[in-house]
Amino acid sequence: MTEAAKEKAFRVHLMVCAGTGCVSNHSFEIKEALEKEIKKLGLDNEVLVVTTGCNGFCERGPLLVVQPGNIFYQQLTVKDVPHLVEEHLLKGRPVKKLMYTPPKEKTPIPVLSDIDFFRKQVLIALRNRGLIDPEKIDEYIARDGYVAMGKALTQMTPEKIIAEITISGLRGRGGAGFPTGLKWQMVRNAVSANGGAKYLICNGDEGDPGAFMDRSILEADPHSVIEGMLIGAKAVGATQGFVYVRNEYPLAIKRMTIALEQARAYGLLGQDILGTGFDFDIKIVRGAGAFVCGEETALIASVEGRLGEPRTRPPYPAQSGLWGQPTGINNVETWANVPSIIARGAKWYASIGTPTSKGTKVFSLVGKINNTGLVEVPMGITLREIIYDIGGGIPGGKAFKAVQTGGPSGGCIPKEQLDLPIDYESLTQAGSMMGSGGMVVMDEDTCMVDVARYFLSFTQDESCGKCTPCREGTKAMLDILTRITEGKGTEEDLSLLQDMALAVKDSALCGLGKTAPNPVLTTMRYFLNEYETHIRDKKCPAHVCRQLNVYTIDEERCLNKGKGCDLCRRNCASDAIQGAKNEAHRIDQSKCIKCGVCFDVCNFGAVKVD
Amino acid sequence: MNQGKVTEILTKYQADESALIAILQDIQEEYSYLPKSVLVQVSKELNVPLSRVLSLATFFKAFSLKPKGKHPVHVCLGTACHVRGAQRVLEKFERELGIKSGETSADQEFSLDAVRCVGCCGLAPVVQVGEEVHGKITQTKVAGVIKKYKQ
Repeated sequence: MTEAAKEKAFRVHLMVCAGTGCVSNHSFEIKEALEKEIKKLGLDNEVLVVTTGCNGFCERGPLLVVQPGNIFYQQLTVKDVPHLVEEHLLKGRPVKKLMYTPPKEKTPIPVLSDIDFFRKQVLIALRNRGLIDPEKIDEYIARDGYVAMGKALTQMTPEKIIAEITISGLRGRGGAGFPTGLKWQMVRNAVSANGGAKYLICNGDEGDPGAFMDRSILEADPHSVIEGMLIGAKAVGATQGFVYVRNEYPLAIKRMTIALEQARAYGLLGQDILGTGFDFDIKIVRGAGAFVCGEETALIASVEGRLGEPRTRPPYPAQSGLWGQPTGINNVETWANVPSIIARGAKWYASIGTPTSKGTKVFSLVGKINNTGLVEVPMGITLREIIYDIGGGIPGGKAFKAVQTGGPSGGCIPKEQLDLPIDYESLTQAGSMMGSGGMVVMDEDTCMVDVARYFLSFTQDESCGKCTPCREGTKAMLDILTRITEGKGTEEDLSLLQDMALAVKDSALCGLGKTAPNPVLTTMRYFLNEYETHIRDKKCPAHVCRQLNVYTIDEERCLNKGKGCDLCRRNCASDAIQGAKNEAHRIDQSKCIKCGVCFDVCNFGAVKVD
Repeated sequence: MNQGKVTEILTKYQADESALIAILQDIQEEYSYLPKSVLVQVSKELNVPLSRVLSLATFFKAFSLKPKGKHPVHVCLGTACHVRGAQRVLEKFERELGIKSGETSADQEFSLDAVRCVGCCGLAPVVQVGEEVHGKITQTKVAGVIKKYKQ
């Protein structure tokens, strides 16, 4: 924005989503096209195009919200832009065909807040999503940004801040759910070695596959994290903070870097903040691609430039963390909640949620679900509400099978438990855990044995190798699971698997190993029949386990319906399909590598899998 | 090997030993891998044993001791991508590029790696080429993605 534009009041703001998902769907091209068209029609004095962080409804990207009016446009292409600008902005007629229409319905829904995906959400951590340009601190401030920090620095004692966070009931959003107020109290009480500094860390090493809320917060609202850390710093008496961001998140690193520079330029970071004599600054540390570094002691080791291996606790980082000094380490989402709690009060926050879990949680709703994206919901909401009301159910009329929460540390929850109100305790009782908030929906075409094998291959790969139970135990479990998915499993494997899972759970050094057996234990608890079918019948009911699949072509259907279209033969990876155009096709089983391309490309349902 | 570039990186971090991981990241970015001679230079100038430099270089996934291709292809095998068929997408890339996951093509144009979640789960299955993210990739779209980068 130019200096002149800054002072101008615009009639309309076009909020273009520039989260990673929409960017990959070419939202920057949409932005350019919008600006070009607006200029062409001479509307550039009235209409401003703003790029925002992730809106959340990633499935429908690229997204555009017109303000005022909150009109929601989706799946835009550059070609749609001239018509949209002319109709909506010049003639005042919103364009229905670019709006969202729920599956199975015919009427589009113009206003964002009327769409089911958004309607049931309660935004605290994501309060600014889609409303501000994350690269402009003024926009954050215009939404009452840094007000809570001002209050904490000028009107509150450290004890009062900690009391407020404790009463709010905020618990760690990284997954384990440790009470944040208690953690801060521990850091405050800890005596630093040799009169040295105390530190704060923001854990943005979001490694759980299937979770991307931390990425979204860092990209969409980096100042909320900075403000949360400033409040935390005053509370615990820290002078230096670190934001640890995954290397895989370049946009998050970029936006956080810009945010830190702007905050420093405004005197909100650095020496003598707001003239209160309080000093605090923040550095960015890039992760280097090790899942185990999400574990706090491993993360601290890697910030120090050492190998990212965990160590035994106690001492906890609150007592002896970074360079042996008391260190408060919280997850991105936890930090982002802090300013709202201080600004609006602990009682307000504690009024949301369940008796043990207060406030909201951000989930990434992904997998076999219609409305994929990021959702922030009050604790205590049921899985059914999230999956069916917000998520719009399962695509293609398929049956829901399970929802996986908590990443590789969590487990799979079956349909019998869909009415489970979600909080830290209920998910643990169901054998899973809150985790960082990944929620991967699985349908009838997902094989639960394969899911268990998938997670074990993940943890086995990411195990740092320091302790034996995790290093050897995950490998042994993976071997058994692989055997079962290849149709070579035996009945004895099931009890061996169970015993080994329990042993690793009890004896591994850190959270990674202790929770690695969870996907195995929950799938065995709820889906034992699938294991048995793989072992006894050598079949994979969901047709996922490749070795057990047999692809054939219904020759009659191929000829009558498809007229021997030849598409499968041309796409076949291993020359296993015989036949010519206008003839029935056939698969030579000795050559078939079971890649499934023929099944995917056949438009006539002639390729069968058994 | 351009030694000046390495000195520049070391100067940026004031040859601070605790910044060793960040230094290696910058080197990886510069050369697309960690060349042996550079690691020796880093070890000497920071006065840390080469064994420690190598232990970091082989522990973290961001580092490679072999050159990566001009277009590094990362096929996401996160959970959301997995349940939507990412494994088959990876295998299709292997067949199309004629290399296995973890390898670089002979002409140094492409390297192929499986990665665990790039955080675009809403668009699963996802493939990242360089910094560009391609969403909702199926086996049949793989050849088209490769063609885009082939000169």
